[in-house]
Amino acid sequence: MSQIITLSAAELAAALRAGEVTSVEAVQAHLDRIAAVDDAESGVHAFLHINAEEALAVASEVDAIRAAGGAEAQALHPLAGVPIAVKDLIVTKGQPTTAGSAMLKGWMSPYDATVIEKIRAAKLPILGKTNLDEFAQGSSTEHSAYGNTRNPWDLNRIPGGSGGGSAAAVAAFEAPLALGTDTGGSIRQPGAVTGTVGAKPTYGAVSRYGAIAMASSLDQIGPVTRTVLDSALLQELIGGHDPKDSTSLPEPVPALSDAARLGAAGDLTGVRVGVIDELGGEGYEEGVKARFEESLELLKARGAEIVTVSCPHFKYALSAYYLIMPSEMSSNLAKFDGVRYGQRVLPESGPVTIERVMGATRAAGFGDEVKRRIILGTYALSAGYYDAYYGSAQKVRTLIQRDFEAAFQSADVLVSPTSPTVAFELGAKIDDPLAMYLNDIATIPANLAGVPGISVPGGLSEGLPVGIQFLAPAHEDARMYRVAAALEAALEQQWGHPLLAEAQDLESAVAAAKEGKN
Amino acid sequence: MSTEATVDFDEALTRYDPALGFEVHIELNTKTKMFSDAPNEFGDLANTNVTPVDLGLPGTLPVVNGKAIEYSIKLGLALNCSIAESCRFARKNYFYPDNPKNFQTSQYDEPIAFEGWLDIELESGRVIHVEIERAHMEEDAGKLTHLGGADGRIQGAQTSLVDYNRAGVPLVEIVTKPILGVGADAPELGRRYVSAIRDIVKALDVSDARMERGNVRCDANVSLMPKGSTTLGTRSETKNVNSLRSIERAVRHEIERHAAILDAGESVVQETRHWHEDTRTTSSGRPKSDADDYRYFPEPDLVPVVTSRERVEEIRATLPELPAARRARLQVDWGFSDEEFRDIVNAGLLEAIEETVAAGATPAAARKWWMGEISRLAKDTEKEATELGILPADVVEIEGLIAGKKINDKIAKKVLTAVAAGEGRPGQIVEAKGLAVVSDDGPLLAAIEDAMAGAPDVVEKIKAGKVAAIGALIGPVMKATRGQADAGRVRELVLQKLGVQG
Amino acid sequence: MSAISRDDVAHLAELAHIAMSDEELERMAGELDSIVDAIASVSEVAGENIPATSHPIPLQNVFRDDVVGQTLTQEEALQNAPDAQDGRFKVPAILDED
Repeated sequence: MSQIITLSAAELAAALRAGEVTSVEAVQAHLDRIAAVDDAESGVHAFLHINAEEALAVASEVDAIRAAGGAEAQALHPLAGVPIAVKDLIVTKGQPTTAGSAMLKGWMSPYDATVIEKIRAAKLPILGKTNLDEFAQGSSTEHSAYGNTRNPWDLNRIPGGSGGGSAAAVAAFEAPLALGTDTGGSIRQPGAVTGTVGAKPTYGAVSRYGAIAMASSLDQIGPVTRTVLDSALLQELIGGHDPKDSTSLPEPVPALSDAARLGAAGDLTGVRVGVIDELGGEGYEEGVKARFEESLELLKARGAEIVTVSCPHFKYALSAYYLIMPSEMSSNLAKFDGVRYGQRVLPESGPVTIERVMGATRAAGFGDEVKRRIILGTYALSAGYYDAYYGSAQKVRTLIQRDFEAAFQSADVLVSPTSPTVAFELGAKIDDPLAMYLNDIATIPANLAGVPGISVPGGLSEGLPVGIQFLAPAHEDARMYRVAAALEAALEQQWGHPLLAEAQDLESAVAAAKEGKN
Repeated sequence: MSTEATVDFDEALTRYDPALGFEVHIELNTKTKMFSDAPNEFGDLANTNVTPVDLGLPGTLPVVNGKAIEYSIKLGLALNCSIAESCRFARKNYFYPDNPKNFQTSQYDEPIAFEGWLDIELESGRVIHVEIERAHMEEDAGKLTHLGGADGRIQGAQTSLVDYNRAGVPLVEIVTKPILGVGADAPELGRRYVSAIRDIVKALDVSDARMERGNVRCDANVSLMPKGSTTLGTRSETKNVNSLRSIERAVRHEIERHAAILDAGESVVQETRHWHEDTRTTSSGRPKSDADDYRYFPEPDLVPVVTSRERVEEIRATLPELPAARRARLQVDWGFSDEEFRDIVNAGLLEAIEETVAAGATPAAARKWWMGEISRLAKDTEKEATELGILPADVVEIEGLIAGKKINDKIAKKVLTAVAAGEGRPGQIVEAKGLAVVSDDGPLLAAIEDAMAGAPDVVEKIKAGKVAAIGALIGPVMKATRGQADAGRVRELVLQKLGVQG
Repeated sequence: MSAISRDDVAHLAELAHIAMSDEELERMAGELDSIVDAIASVSEVAGENIPATSHPIPLQNVFRDDVVGQTLTQEEALQNAPDAQDGRFKVPAILDED
């Protein structure tokens, strides 16, 4: 395995600047790694589309600018030339965007998402598009119309979801950076179960324009990386106000990477870390709880004050989420009807009217989980049920925000396990939607309240990664990066290496899996 | 189209009281659409005035056009509405191929303007106070063309084509409260209410207000209740009645149709009706029932619109003079009686007369020509008075010619006919046709002498002081000069010749 | 308690324009019933005087200037259309022939 691919984005960027490696070499090394481990049948299968030609073209452009030197080279973005993978929920010109759905098979967007415009302007080569649960609906990436993604730590296990592709790509060293989207934990939970870092910024900190909407009031694009600093750097790049997104924050992007560096180097004296009473205990695996307790000790050792906070309404968060999310989603996905784009399917029998074509198209184009949630959302919004369901859920949202406000009176950041369990085996929960939904129990409150959250690797339980989640008040993403970087530094100091160094030899594992299939 | 039974209108009103309701959609004339920066333009190549937002492409988001908000507030104020301190958008969910997201971004429980009114004056002078429940913002849908059916109608069409150029055009929907107690004036009220709204949006310049282009569209709700009852009957909603005349006819037709149903002891179906101008009847559309479930919820992609009281007053201060105020002012300025003024308004000649006065005519003269000869010409040619090609400046010019004694009233009528025939402006016509009154006293004196010679008894009478007898000479002089003599001048010359004091 | 019947699902599927077989309707009714049971608790705590939150971060008055921007060409607009004719999207008959 090439040493280039094990570098963090910040390290690779430094190496590119120093001329120790070229962007073309970096892109090629990642393409080689993808070729070695990403087989759809038995490999990680993080990618749905590989954008080799364009990525190499952008890389050589960056190399040429660097080689020429001068003002243009000076003006290059710090991450220029560092390759990135993009969750296939985010639209890109020149590459298909499927949202993991048969509905959008072959769809080519005529426009770029705002985050993609920023990435292109900064000249990060886009390696390709990563797998996800269909329309980001799921917690295991098993609900993709294009086959599941596998966890690089154990190819028989799920990589989390919905952004399992982005997390697995980063964990498998197929990309140093990736973009994810997080509606109820789709960046953080895959981060937790793949031993990577994933951050959901404050709602509105990153433009949603061009992210195919799941639940508009919950969705947020964010970074998927191997280090806290890399996440901070990537959020700085993609963040900021966008006039195309009415819900995007008007304020400038805070100095997130400075905060991450401060956290990694300094101590946490005077920082109050609140342990959320309701996120732990029953339903959380012993190994998860053990790693969590150890993390608290390390934070304390760095000078943090550990306090306990109570968020009594968090127990209603999952219910509120599973009303608000499907309601908004049922409306957001109504546009997929076979009229303007996407697949059109004719009814098998009977008259061919547009109503019946829409019905057949949506029956064939959507998978079971998407249909289930559309029907649930349609129910929650329908006349006679609105007040009891959608209306009540919006009120619970207020109560959860109040819980956060109260908790942030006594704590600067909050901490919890990211996910109650480590990665489960493929297929284990596919037929039990309710069990699947419980994976997001610790991540959902942040989406409901709009506050930022990050998951950092907290060690292993039975050989599989455990994630630690930090939450900060809205607009205080920098504070979250600082404390997360402090824990990351403390843990790596203790381990003597990053957690991913303990992952299996993936190329051998994939080869063996291939062998096993043959 | 419809073979449904009807009852004679007057007879229907002996047994039933109609209740009306109107939903008027106004397309705003902003430069861009409600939620995207695509041009808000009519008639361009299909699917070119669209951005990814207007096609409802995956990942796109709406952004509110600030100008559309300002226009909506203006319109709300002109309708005497309260302006919401805070309001928001909602999604109205329904599938239809002209609806690119399969939800329409609209306003539901929080309209930008609410609780207004308009006083509508009828031809009889009766004033109806129409209460307005709300005026809310929403977006227009795309345009469907139906192929394979008769006359491009949806019925029987095999396929339809969709152009999304109109999708997202900003609309304000103005909804009245039920209008009761209008009786036989119901059809006229419909026409005049929509006409009043059209005049208001024109005056505000927030819409092009061209009904034939769909800038102003009206849905008319009609129900009947038996005389003496206070419970509203079941209503029908006649969609997209797109001319003032059609609104009047559609309301009349629905009253006649409902009456027949109720007379037969049956129940009116609550449904959408389609108006057919050719047969002047309605036909059944989609039945509307509680099954319609639009699943409204607050639009999560848009944030609330908050309007401070200061902002409302700031906008109120920019309102131009509204039609009702303008009418009141003009009537006073011109010194016309209520009846004279109402006749002008009813004839649709207020603008023409106002422009004529502005161009230099006296109000009395402007009224005299427009309400008199020009209206007669219009009637003869079955045109609108304002469509004859006679300009306000022409009327002023004619008045000038008369004052300068170049022509008289009789010739002026000929000139107007020639102007309407496209023969030129009044001065040119008088010149070209030699219509100027004879002011050269030579030919006139000859004609006078001839006339006096032919009527010595009259001459004697005049000499004896009966000056009024001159009238008997004027006829022959006019005849001799083919009407081009100035009667006043003839009188002067006769008196002068006979040495009599006038 | 069976909150969601097969007929309810059939009605919801119609509203959502998703064709479903009888078997699917049955299965979906069962699944939804248990999901709704599990999440119905929200109404327990949603008191009268608690305001609803529709946006997590309160913003207001985000407006765009009324200035024309970049539009798609007709070709771009139609590039993904399943069917098109005369520069327009083409769809089958809109109403059932009764």
